Parts: sequence; structure tokens; C-alpha cells
Amino acid sequence: MFQNMLNSIDPYSMQILVNIGIGIILALGLNIITGLTGQLSLGHAAFMSVGAFAGALLTIKTGVPFYINILLSGLITAVVAAAIGWPILRLTGDYLAICTLGFAEIVKVVFLNLEITNKALGLTVPTPDTSLPMPLIVLIVVCLTIIASAFIQNSRFGRALKAIRDDEIAAESMGINIARYKVQSFAVSAFMAGTGGCLYAHFLGYINPSDFGFLKSIDMLSMVVLGGLGSIPGTIFGASILSAAPEFLRFMSQYRMLVYGALLVFMMVFRPNGLMGGIDFTSFVLRKLGVKPRGVSRSKEVQ
Amino acid sequence: MFLQQLINGVALGSTYALIALGYTMVYGIITLINFAHGEIFMVGAFVGLLMVGYFKLNLFLAMAIAMIFCMVMGVVIEYIAYRPLRKSSRLSALISAIGVSIFLSSLAMMVFGANAKGFPSEAFPSHQIHIGNADISTLQLLIIGVSALLMLALEFIVQKTKIGKAMRATSEDYNTAALMGINVNFVISFTFALGSALAAAGGVLVGVLFNSVSFNMGLMAGLKAFAAAVLGGIGSIPGAMLGGLLLGVAEVFGVAIGYSSYRDAIAFAILVLVLLFRPTGLLGQKIQKKV
Repeated sequence: MFQNMLNSIDPYSMQILVNIGIGIILALGLNIITGLTGQLSLGHAAFMSVGAFAGALLTIKTGVPFYINILLSGLITAVVAAAIGWPILRLTGDYLAICTLGFAEIVKVVFLNLEITNKALGLTVPTPDTSLPMPLIVLIVVCLTIIASAFIQNSRFGRALKAIRDDEIAAESMGINIARYKVQSFAVSAFMAGTGGCLYAHFLGYINPSDFGFLKSIDMLSMVVLGGLGSIPGTIFGASILSAAPEFLRFMSQYRMLVYGALLVFMMVFRPNGLMGGIDFTSFVLRKLGVKPRGVSRSKEVQ
Repeated sequence: MFLQQLINGVALGSTYALIALGYTMVYGIITLINFAHGEIFMVGAFVGLLMVGYFKLNLFLAMAIAMIFCMVMGVVIEYIAYRPLRKSSRLSALISAIGVSIFLSSLAMMVFGANAKGFPSEAFPSHQIHIGNADISTLQLLIIGVSALLMLALEFIVQKTKIGKAMRATSEDYNTAALMGINVNFVISFTFALGSALAAAGGVLVGVLFNSVSFNMGLMAGLKAFAAAVLGGIGSIPGAMLGGLLLGVAEVFGVAIGYSSYRDAIAFAILVLVLLFRPTGLLGQKIQKKV
């Protein structure tokens, strides 16, 4: 049944859809550290590349089943992120941002010089042998990532992260271990970036360290900010638009990036909080369905 | 050998410092990482190239025209892309800056093509001077001299003039400065103009030094200059100069001892190491956060 459904979509649209899916996974990952915890990361592409190379090497060298491979490359990325995050997350604000940027450049240059990653030539990744078609796997991972993000946002862990974002000093005085939570959110964020990278590597079939440069990190950040920082529907929306935009702008070929840059500026000028920022999606849907949001009735009782 | 590499490093570093100054001044006043700054540097290099190559102007005149052009461009960019966002979150302004950066580099690619262009060799007839066992080209001395002159001029403007005083007041406290009757909008425009002029001068100098101007030269130079600004302590003008020189020298020595393939990582590795031990950069003030 799935096979029929997938076959009815032409390969070009399918590629755009898969790109959107991978974009959503990456953006949701970045949303956890930047949107929820409020720590600006300008080097998230590095984690994507760690995941991509880990996944590719696992497939080439060991041939573990693909499903385990996705998990493993996510885990490897999370461990790397925790190791990097432990020292640098003491920095605040823009010093942290430039540090993540620096690490991303270092990771890129190291991968460009390592023998095992085939230096500047990049790796060709064989198509994994799976029972499910690749686009379906991406879809499943996207759904899992969305569910996980929603759970994280509403959990004790997520509330602690939001407290850190809103006021570090207040959060610390409420007994939240800032350093630990920051490293944990960094690791969770990198885990998602790693799985996204692994899927990217296997879907595309070829990876090169230069693909994961500063511009890739910026792409991911634009998705999160454009959709609305900290909002899951917003991030999904932003990731979909920005992943698809270069394809839809293709008809103007050489003016494509020009228009893309101008669009970013104008979208920010007219919707500074992101396209869906400031809209509480859950209560919006509930209100449309005719259910009163809980918060409303409660505040009336107080009055 | 040592002297030779030192001069190479100082020449490269002073161009980094020129760009870093623009980052640090803008950051000091409106806490915005102006990612379009690297592209202004690139546009400056192209304007200089156009003036020298097409209009056959003298290099210094070309540099002056590039500086004026970029001054205007910096002010216009601030007016269109950053001013409407001054009250909103800093990340929105950052994305807007990235949008400007993408726009400018793709515009340059369309106008000037994707290939790197070189300055004509008669732009600055450089010859070698022997000091001890070092070969130093007059071009390098020119770069060091021009950068030093520009930095002295900047220091004079910031420390001794009325507008410089207004700039310092605005970076100290934006709201209080506005209440004291300082026209903050003008100060911010002026800061952008100053920073862009310095970046344009840096662009022309780098273009002549490497004899190559291309549409994507702004990205890496901008990132390294930003790293230099943070290394020195972002918001601090002497810090940006020190950071730029340090990174330039470190990069040249790193390449000289055989790490040329790691060239782009050297600057960032130093940055990360320094920040681990001095989290606010070399000359940055430690900001005590109050509840």
C-alpha cells in the first residue's frame, strides 16, 4: 500500500518532500537548544556532519542494520556534543555563539583532512538495504522527532530549559542546575541533528565535509527563527518553507539566492517574531473546535 | 625567517583588524552581530578593483572612493534591514543581517561573475626590500601603514570628537544617552558608516595583497574578523586591533610550520582556547549580571 502511495508521487516532488522532512528534524533539534534553552548555536551543521559521517562509516565499515545505524549515529553525535558542550556552555550569549561557530569550522577542517572521511573527496554512501522505502523512514523519524519535541517541551526537563532561557539567575536560585541542563539540552539537540545527518547521508548517497559549512548552520537557524522561536508548529512551518523555497524559486534560476536573501530580510522586518511566533497553537486549535482553553476559565475565577 | 613571517602575519592581521573594528563598534552600540559586514568588505574590494582596473585611478583614490561607497551602503543597510528590528529580539536582527549577506554576495556574483578577479599589476608597483635575511615587499609595508593610519584616525574620532563622545555614551547605555539629548539614530548610522569605511579599506588592501577579488571572499574573512573581535573582547576597540593582529600572526606561523591545510581552523582553535580561559575575551570587561 505504502509502495503504491509512494510511487504515485513523482521523484522530483519526493526529493523535495524528503528534504523538507530532514529540514524539520534538524530545525526541531536546533529549536531545543536555541528556542527552548535560549542558547544561540551558530554551528549546528557540525553535529549534522558528525551524524552523517558516523552513519556513513557505520554502513560502509560495519554494515549494521539501518534502523540501529540511525540511533547509533544520533548517540555518537550526542556524546560528541556533550564533550564539546561541557567546557563551552559556561560561556554566555554571543561568546557561546562564536564558540559553536568556531567548533563547526574546526570540525569541517578536521573532516577535510582525515583519511577515514576520504579528505576533500567526500564519501559515497551505499543505499541501505531496508524493508521500508527511504522516504517512509524519514517520515517516521520526523513524526518521532515531533512527538519527542512536544514531550520535551511540556516535561519537567523542558520547563527547566524554559526557565533558563527566561532568566538564568532566577532559574539558578530556584535550584535548577544550569550547567547540567544546558549540556543535556545540547546533547538532545545534537542527537536530533545527528539522526537528521544520518538520513541526509543515506538519502543523498554522497557527503562532503564542505557541505556542512557555516551556511548550513545558518540555514537551520533561519528555519527556527523564521517559523517562530520555541514554537514546534512554527519550526515545522519554517523548515518546510525554507527547504522548499530554493526549489520553488528555481524558475528564476540565477536570481534565486538574491530573492532568498531579500525574502529573509523582509520576512523579519514584517514579522519580527517569526511567521508563527506568539501564536499559541494548541489553544488556537482548541478555540476553533469550540473548547475553552483551561487558562481562560482559571484566570476568571481569580478575578 | 622569523622576521619575514612576522611581517607577513602583521600585514594579514591588520586587515583582519580593520574588518573586526566594524564588528566590534556595531556590537558595542546595538549588540548586533552584523553578519553583512564581511560582504561590505567584499563590495569594497570590488569597488576598488573597478576604480583601478576600469577608471585607471590611483590606488589611494580608488580606496577613498570604495570607502565612501561602502559608507553609504552601510547606512542604507542599517536603515532598511536593522532599524525596523531594533525593538524586536536580537535573533530576528541576526537573521535579517544574514539575509542581507546572502543578498549582497549573490548580487556580486551576478554583476561580477563567479570567477576571482585580480588587480592589474600596475596598481601598486611593489618591490622587495631586504632587512637582514627577510624579504619584505613594499606592499606589505603599505598595508601595515594604511591600517595603522586608519586605526589612529578611528581612535581620534572616538576619543576626541563630539560624535565620538556620543558613540561612547550610546554604547554605555542606549536609553540614557537618548534621554540626554543624543540623537541615537544618527550615532548608529555614523557607527555603521565608520565601520563600513574601514571594511572597504580592508577589502581593497586584501584584494591587492592576494591579488584576488571574488564574490565569496567576504564569508571567511568576515568570520575570522568576527573571531578576532570576540578574541579581543567584543565591544572593545583596542581589543579588535589586538585580536586581529594576533589571529593574523598565528595563522601565518601555523601555515609556516606546516599546518597549511588546517589554515582556516587555526584562528578558531585559538579563539575557542582563549575563551575557555578568559570567557569575555582578552580585553573585554567582565559584565556582572544583576538580578
